[in-house]
Amino acid sequence: MNWFGWLQFAIYIFILLVLVKPLGLYMARVYQGERTFLALVLAPVERFFYRLASVKPEEEMNWRIYAGTLLVFNLIGLLFLYLLLRIQHVLSLNPQNFGPVSPDLAFNAAVSFTTNTNWQSYGGETTMSILSQTLGLTVQNFLSAATGLAVLVALIRGLVRHTTDKLGNFWVDLTRSTLYILLPLALILAVALVSQGVVQTFQPAAVVQTLDPTSGAVTQILPLGPAASQVAIKQLGTNGGGHFNVNSAHPFENPTPLSNFLEMLAILLIPAALTYTFGKMVGDTRQGWSILAAMTLLLVLMAGVAIWAESQGNPALASLGIDQSLGNMEGKEVRFGVAASALWATLTTAASNGSVNAMHDSFTPLGGLVPMWMMQLGEVIFGGVGSGLYGMLAFVVIAVFVAGLMVGRTPEYLGKKIEIYEMKMAALIVLIPVLTVLIGTAVALVLPAGRAGIFNAGPQGFSEVLYAYSSAGNNNGSAFAGLGANSVFYNATLGLAMLVARYALIVPVLAMAGSLARKKKVPESAGTLPTHTPLFIAWLIGVIVIVGALSFLPALALGPIVQQLLLGTGRLF
Amino acid sequence: MQHQIRKNRMLHQLRPALVLFTLLTILTGSLYPLAVTGIAQVAYPDQANGSLVERDGVPVGSTLIGQAFSAPRYFWPRPSVTSNAPYTPFDAHALTGSSGSNLGPLSQMLVDTVQGRVEALQAADPGNLLPIPVDLVTASASGLDPHISVAAAYYQVPRVARLRGMAEADVTALVDRYTEGRSFGFLGEPRVNVLLLNLALDKIK
Repeated sequence: MNWFGWLQFAIYIFILLVLVKPLGLYMARVYQGERTFLALVLAPVERFFYRLASVKPEEEMNWRIYAGTLLVFNLIGLLFLYLLLRIQHVLSLNPQNFGPVSPDLAFNAAVSFTTNTNWQSYGGETTMSILSQTLGLTVQNFLSAATGLAVLVALIRGLVRHTTDKLGNFWVDLTRSTLYILLPLALILAVALVSQGVVQTFQPAAVVQTLDPTSGAVTQILPLGPAASQVAIKQLGTNGGGHFNVNSAHPFENPTPLSNFLEMLAILLIPAALTYTFGKMVGDTRQGWSILAAMTLLLVLMAGVAIWAESQGNPALASLGIDQSLGNMEGKEVRFGVAASALWATLTTAASNGSVNAMHDSFTPLGGLVPMWMMQLGEVIFGGVGSGLYGMLAFVVIAVFVAGLMVGRTPEYLGKKIEIYEMKMAALIVLIPVLTVLIGTAVALVLPAGRAGIFNAGPQGFSEVLYAYSSAGNNNGSAFAGLGANSVFYNATLGLAMLVARYALIVPVLAMAGSLARKKKVPESAGTLPTHTPLFIAWLIGVIVIVGALSFLPALALGPIVQQLLLGTGRLF
Repeated sequence: MQHQIRKNRMLHQLRPALVLFTLLTILTGSLYPLAVTGIAQVAYPDQANGSLVERDGVPVGSTLIGQAFSAPRYFWPRPSVTSNAPYTPFDAHALTGSSGSNLGPLSQMLVDTVQGRVEALQAADPGNLLPIPVDLVTASASGLDPHISVAAAYYQVPRVARLRGMAEADVTALVDRYTEGRSFGFLGEPRVNVLLLNLALDKIK
């Protein structure tokens, strides 16, 4: 590796930060019901939707109704997707004549896409009909992201408003998120990706004659499909479920360094811009910038470690007389190289995206530890669309509360007193994923059905299981893909973990929003802890890292850490 | 009573849930992919349909998808672990597709496999004592990587030149012509497209 890798990284961060304010401002206008430049086209569509669905946009909901409608809507999506996958063989747009998706796999995939996880127990090009890809998976890519956005906006309203029980209208937040934010961005990105070579067609696979018949293959079947439209939203909506088995490592899903850069940008674009939306909506943009600063600092640090680790190559191959100046290339594509692969791995796990452009299972121990730990921190370093920031705000509540205890002040955030109820909800939001990950891993390792899926021997096999539950238990979706996860045991338990990680968090978030909205605003006093200062940023980072480290260091010690210590000692598994 | 009201209010939300789900599904699951397909087929038909390459009117591959080459007169691509044969993007019978090895960094199998590849390359060109570039002996993420590094192409120049009866300088010049640099000078890595390079070689001899 050379300094080009670091330059790519620096330019990436720069461009991302430049886009935060314009997009964040636009989203704030969308959620505050203000007119935007797209209203000319979209406002009539929006009104038509409300009229047909008999939604009264000005009718607001309390947190219970908001949560109830959200859960009902998500349940409908889940059932529809499950059914679609089960009967895809009798429906149209199935040019490769795939059979029905098996019940456990269909359950896993339906949960996976509805919860914004997009864990893939299936290979897209070998399982899913075109109809399933578009009418099923693409739809949930949009709707699960819009759901996350709606929850965040409700929480922000809880902070902004006072002495009310109204948090907004879920149908309006859902519709506006899809129409004004996700759809236009996806359309632009999809066309840009096609220009780079991402396929977009409803035609069946192309068959070509190969050049060298002595290699054994006379023909090659090239699976096509409407990939670009799905890839665009799977990157933007922090979904991550690819059109093809190897996701964005597939040349038809991510053909060039430029498509790779755009897809990386799309991973963090909305989560980053939402910090500005948040600051704008609470009337103090410094609050948003300070959260963005904490996220960015952690990201830069972790991506730096991953890029460095992967560029060192694999010491286990050192004695074979090969030139490893390109770094650890097992499971990576030449057009990206180690820098863009390690950077992607960090971004995709910082956000709960979970798409991959390299095989994480083949990363060096330290390089593999980074994505695993990023997920275990609770998907709050940018995190999922909407879900990242509401998770982060739970950490802010905890940080404010602990700081208040230390100095003997009443903890408050943005003029709202943080009391026992908020703390209970924040603790649930932080602890439920931790428990899901650790219990899931333990159960899988104890049961033969869990151990049966392990591919690599030794500590790497343990890491595969820990990674899987870290991914499902935080709605990420990436994998140490050696794990044979398409079994009834993993489809069921990982599906369950995804459901818990999504909905057992959304309900406390909305409950906290409801409680905050009911409170009075307390005026700022000399005793108020300012939450926009470098001191607070450092404190927030400290709280996140301490919770993440205390929860997962023992588990990590059995996997990537022990492997890092064994690296170069000649011990193999 | 209170409970009754709440229940009614939730039932009242069932219609918006079903209607909005239907409308949003039609919009994002049909109209959106169709719109992208329409734009793509008009503006970028080659790319949208797989960037196919033709020779004498017959499609012989895609510029984006690697192909297996085992004859020593061709440049060889990176190892691929797709099943059942390398560089199989789709096997309609076995229902397998793109795949990486997923071997961990301390895997005995990884080290043994790489060693086997090193020996095979050395056996194919015993006089070549250069260190082998790592991408030539490690499997790509997709199993379909169309590229090798520039060093990996140079490493194979002596073998290809000898078997084709060409001057090494001519083959090197061809490699240089088919070398793609970093996009905008900083994105990605320099690389050589193996299929296009081999097509160009076949055109010469």
